[in-house]
Amino acid sequence: MSSILKINNINKIFINNNGSDKAVLQNVNFEVEENEFIVVFGPGQCGKTTLLNIIAGLEKQSSGQVFIKDKLVEKAGPDRAVVFQNIQLFPWLTALKNVEYSMKIRGFSKEEYHSEAMKYLELVGLKGFENSYPIKLSGGMKQRVGIARAYCTKPDVMLMDEPFGALDAQTRYLMQDEVLRICNTEKRTIVFITNNIEEALYLADRIVVMSDCPSTVKEVVKIDLTHPRDRTDSEFLRLRKEISAMVNRKR
Amino acid sequence: MKNRLSDNKYKMIAFINIVVVITVWYLLSEVFQVFRNGMLPGPNVILETFISKLNSKSPDGNTLLVHIVSSLTVVITGYIIGVVIGLPTGIFMAWYRPIDYLVRPVFDFLRCIPGLAWIPVITVWLGIDLKAKAAIIFVNVFVGTVVNVYSGIKQTDQVKIWVAQIFGASHFEILKRVALPSALPYIFTGLKVSLGMAWLGIIAAELLAAQSGLGYMIQVARNFGRADLVIVGMLTIGLIGAFLTYLLEKVEHIFVKGRN
Repeated sequence: MSSILKINNINKIFINNNGSDKAVLQNVNFEVEENEFIVVFGPGQCGKTTLLNIIAGLEKQSSGQVFIKDKLVEKAGPDRAVVFQNIQLFPWLTALKNVEYSMKIRGFSKEEYHSEAMKYLELVGLKGFENSYPIKLSGGMKQRVGIARAYCTKPDVMLMDEPFGALDAQTRYLMQDEVLRICNTEKRTIVFITNNIEEALYLADRIVVMSDCPSTVKEVVKIDLTHPRDRTDSEFLRLRKEISAMVNRKR
Repeated sequence: MKNRLSDNKYKMIAFINIVVVITVWYLLSEVFQVFRNGMLPGPNVILETFISKLNSKSPDGNTLLVHIVSSLTVVITGYIIGVVIGLPTGIFMAWYRPIDYLVRPVFDFLRCIPGLAWIPVITVWLGIDLKAKAAIIFVNVFVGTVVNVYSGIKQTDQVKIWVAQIFGASHFEILKRVALPSALPYIFTGLKVSLGMAWLGIIAAELLAAQSGLGYMIQVARNFGRADLVIVGMLTIGLIGAFLTYLLEKVEHIFVKGRN
């Protein structure tokens, strides 16, 4: 297997207004294989979103490189679609038009982007809600639109930034199953960020465990449990304990 | 369903409010006669004056309808020119930094001059006809439009811009498809505020120099001690202003989708 995404020695230092600086990412290295589900797990508020934005090309790293298919990432592009934490659908467009937008802007014909958008809305389970405005959709449904919108750009890597963080526990479990179902229907490489260890263990092929502030990769753990995973399985709980200990050790 | 119910309740409250105001007005003016020599005519008198003014040309030489048309012509001319020039100015200032740096210092200076302070120079430059009055309206409308459009575009959510960038949108496409639609509520607020400013300008302009128009009618009525006609003029301005705002809100409903 070849690595599709390569994070090479990324550092990010923020300069505060008073001139002092704060390192949020320190020598971050890892690689992602094609069609792999990678979860970047770490406690706290430090660095994970910044790392994702750097991979997406939305923020500039202080040093280091990101390679996608051996090509240096310099700016944002549809090969790295992002599902943002607070979704960010366009409120003035219907669910369908929100999904269509990502293809429309790149000059696909109307027939093409319409049928593709319908296909992906159906894939995420939103058939029948094409013409609803986001304001009429629940949090989980909005997140489904967000996933469909990212999916239909056919990205090399899907970047998901704590997409279910704002959902209630029940919907969150449901969406985790949905994400796995969607990924199995149409394979994608996914980098998924979370601060929830259970979510990480439930979804990941491999978990990149990050330390807190400045964030650096503590360990990359391969999760060999078969899907569907049981959150109360003894191996699941053992891994949970082990990974939690990794991030807490320092405190 | 629940919404419709409370909607009706609010309409009821609004209606009762109007009834109360008119009743109190009637009591003060006609029953208790708090102001002497008809300086506060009652609502019944106002209605009579309003109806008779539809045909009567005294004391100002024109019927009410002629005044209305005269003022509306000026307001709408100045308003449309102000919006047509103000909208792109605000949009491009907000979206293209060089234009912002180039235009904003001058604009920030000019907008501190109250619209009405332009009246003397405009009458010197352009006289007192339609052109001059429309120019006064223009100044009022232009400033209000630019300020609102500018801040609306500036408040575009950075992450929404990112979303469009990820999909490969150009700077101009992001303006067209993200910044403008997300600023639309602000733009309409600007259009409504500017409409009020336009009326403000027309009345002031007509108080100074005119042969017709609602402001002119009020001025003449005042000289003749016709409090009833002054109030008819005020109410007419209020009603037309409310109606135009209502029209703008209808247009807003057509364009602004998916928001509260």
